[in-house]
Amino acid sequence: MSFYGLVDGSEKSLIHFLDELSGVDQVGAEARAAMLATRSIKTTSKKWAIETAISMVDLTTLEGADTPGKVRALCSKAVRPDPTDPTVPSVGAICVYNDMVEVARTHLDAIGGKHVPVAAVSTAFPSGRASMEVKIQDTQDAIDAGAAEIDMVIDRGAFLAGKYGLVFDEIVKIREVCGGKAHLKVIFETGELVTYDNVRKASYLAMLAGADFIKTSTGKVAPAATPPVVLVMLEAVRDFYSITQRRIGVKPAGGIRTTKDAIKQLVLVNETAGPDWLTPELFRIGASALLNDLLMQRMKMSDGYYASPNYVTID
Amino acid sequence: MTFEYAPAPESRSIVSIKPKYGHFINGSFVAGKKHFPTVNPATEEILSHIALGGTSDVDKAVLAAQKAYTKTWSKLSGKERGKYLYRIARILQERAREFAVLETLDNGKPIRETRDIDIPLVAAHFFYHAGWADKLDYAGLGHSPKPYGVAGQIIPWNFPLLMLAWKVAPALATGNTVVLKPAETTSLTALLFAEVCQQAELPDGVVNIVTGDGSTGAAIVNHPGIHKIAFTGSTEVGKKIARAIAETDKKATLELGGKGANIVFDDAPVDETVEGIVNGIFFNQGHVCCAGSRLIVQESIAEEIIEKLKVRMAKIRVGDPLDKNTDLGAINSKEQLAKIKELSAVGDTEGAQRWSPQCNFSDKGYWFAPTIFTGVTQAHRIAQEEIFGPVLSVLTFRTPQEAIDKANNSPFGLSAGIWSEKGSRIFWASQHLKAGVIWANTFNKFDPASPFGGYKESGWGREGGKHGLAAYLKNGKETGAK
Repeated sequence: MSFYGLVDGSEKSLIHFLDELSGVDQVGAEARAAMLATRSIKTTSKKWAIETAISMVDLTTLEGADTPGKVRALCSKAVRPDPTDPTVPSVGAICVYNDMVEVARTHLDAIGGKHVPVAAVSTAFPSGRASMEVKIQDTQDAIDAGAAEIDMVIDRGAFLAGKYGLVFDEIVKIREVCGGKAHLKVIFETGELVTYDNVRKASYLAMLAGADFIKTSTGKVAPAATPPVVLVMLEAVRDFYSITQRRIGVKPAGGIRTTKDAIKQLVLVNETAGPDWLTPELFRIGASALLNDLLMQRMKMSDGYYASPNYVTID
Repeated sequence: MTFEYAPAPESRSIVSIKPKYGHFINGSFVAGKKHFPTVNPATEEILSHIALGGTSDVDKAVLAAQKAYTKTWSKLSGKERGKYLYRIARILQERAREFAVLETLDNGKPIRETRDIDIPLVAAHFFYHAGWADKLDYAGLGHSPKPYGVAGQIIPWNFPLLMLAWKVAPALATGNTVVLKPAETTSLTALLFAEVCQQAELPDGVVNIVTGDGSTGAAIVNHPGIHKIAFTGSTEVGKKIARAIAETDKKATLELGGKGANIVFDDAPVDETVEGIVNGIFFNQGHVCCAGSRLIVQESIAEEIIEKLKVRMAKIRVGDPLDKNTDLGAINSKEQLAKIKELSAVGDTEGAQRWSPQCNFSDKGYWFAPTIFTGVTQAHRIAQEEIFGPVLSVLTFRTPQEAIDKANNSPFGLSAGIWSEKGSRIFWASQHLKAGVIWANTFNKFDPASPFGGYKESGWGREGGKHGLAAYLKNGKETGAK
């Protein structure tokens, strides 16, 4: 098999490819991310950024305590984030566990939310510790239940042990299961990969194996979507595009809770991968609490004052 | 859809600029006779009128400094001097925004840099030297080292307040008094600093500021009451000063020009290297004596680096220096702009390939787009002469030794950068580079604890750190200084 004509899928070819990648200087990457965090986004550009960020949120609930009621409430919020203002866009997707996909899909369809896709976390999320058969079945179940997006986790243990071929093969297999029915997002759990060099390697492994999106974290491990991690991933998709002419999406998830955080992410996108990535097709933010902060900041911009949190729905 | 950043200008209401300024002598402002305008280089608006100091003004300032030295400053203990320096440092921090806005207005550099780099470093220099004031006996500079008396200090326009801090803080910490002349085009923050001296109740005459042009500077250099000269500026003027003091007992530190080599090996971390190249040459519009103005890149990766550099340069935000999102501000003066244009034109005629991103400049003000010249060799004037603007010359090399040879093949020797992920190569290269400051996998990083200065025509002596103290003390075992 040929993957973009860059590797043949063998571990040897993968190792050779990854070894050829330039290293990441930690101090420099962190300094660049910190510099971009000083951008001052005001007035019209802030309004645009808030609305764009809302449309990029993968509204997420990934709790053991999730119930059909909870998921349905989240779906309503996803379709109409601000019930008093129909000009607020729907979010990018709903992100749930595999067994909640059907509940979410059915409810979304029932309330006029056909345009909101359901994303399912998969492959023994969040740890990724299961046999390949289980991971494949996990993914198949989600797709059968109506998931249009699969958020799979990589096997971090294999990655840290240097078994890049294993990590690669798993992604390729899940890619096959997704076929043309579901978009594939590959989660690295950057808090466990630790170094930026690893983040860069994982980004290329996933892209070569057929990911549509690369995603920082599960939300269960801190640190998660820190600006320098996202910077390194955005550099990877930018450079991958220049080699293959294919644009891969990026999804930071975990730790992005405020409008300020979200706008910093958009600035990173704008000045790293470029404005082509500023669309929900290529950039998503995995979050739950963030959406309400975006809504409150949006209200503040039109009303001129901060409303009580009671003016934003809690789901 | 595009993400256009709306204008985010820092308010200038925090500064109040007087229509006219005098000199600051013996603790008070005294009227000048003749005046010249100082302009905002981004708009050409006249901000104020600055006094043109003559010999008599310099005489008065030196007299005040001598008196302050004899009567008060030399009688204070190091601990007491340190208290004043701490107080100045704290006031500078409290008034940081005011200083940042004023510096940006007068100099043309972006508020992001004055706010995040210049002014914090200024305060850091005063804090650092405040700590040394009562520890000079233990600095390894001999037993009880003594100050010279009055230091004459002449500073440039590229980092107006920061260069003042580099000069004034060590001078006061070591017990000298000061007559300082700011650059002709950027006197305003020095005059605001005079207010800080008053606010800190620094004894009268310890710091004296005489504004003016080259003739004022010459009067300071030639004044018999001054025993120590500290100058930062061009090599041309530095040589004049060296000649002027050649037959006197005056000591001098000279911090002069440079043509910094930024060396990129094929194992460099590419993205951060590109950032470092941008920071090396476009920081402060390239008005940096230690700028990485020569990019010396290994031929095997030159194409990739240049391609990525161009993509990155297209994202540099050029424009209103007061806008918080501006990366590259205005060229400091009409004269400097003319010089940059002239040397760039030489680059064209010598056959180097010029490239700049598209920039939309306002009609008013002095602007120059970030520019790179590729296909440059050692034989080009733009590889040899300091342009002091946002203009990068790109050269290539084949072997590590060739990189070092090219880097050292310059009359200057101020700064150099090394980009490589291989530690042993970094150590090897830094041992062979003839430059006073060498950065590895970074560029243009400054710290008051780190001595700064040059080899060859880049200057005499060091400023900052323990070495910088030595330059203000008799018996100070400093290397390189006269």
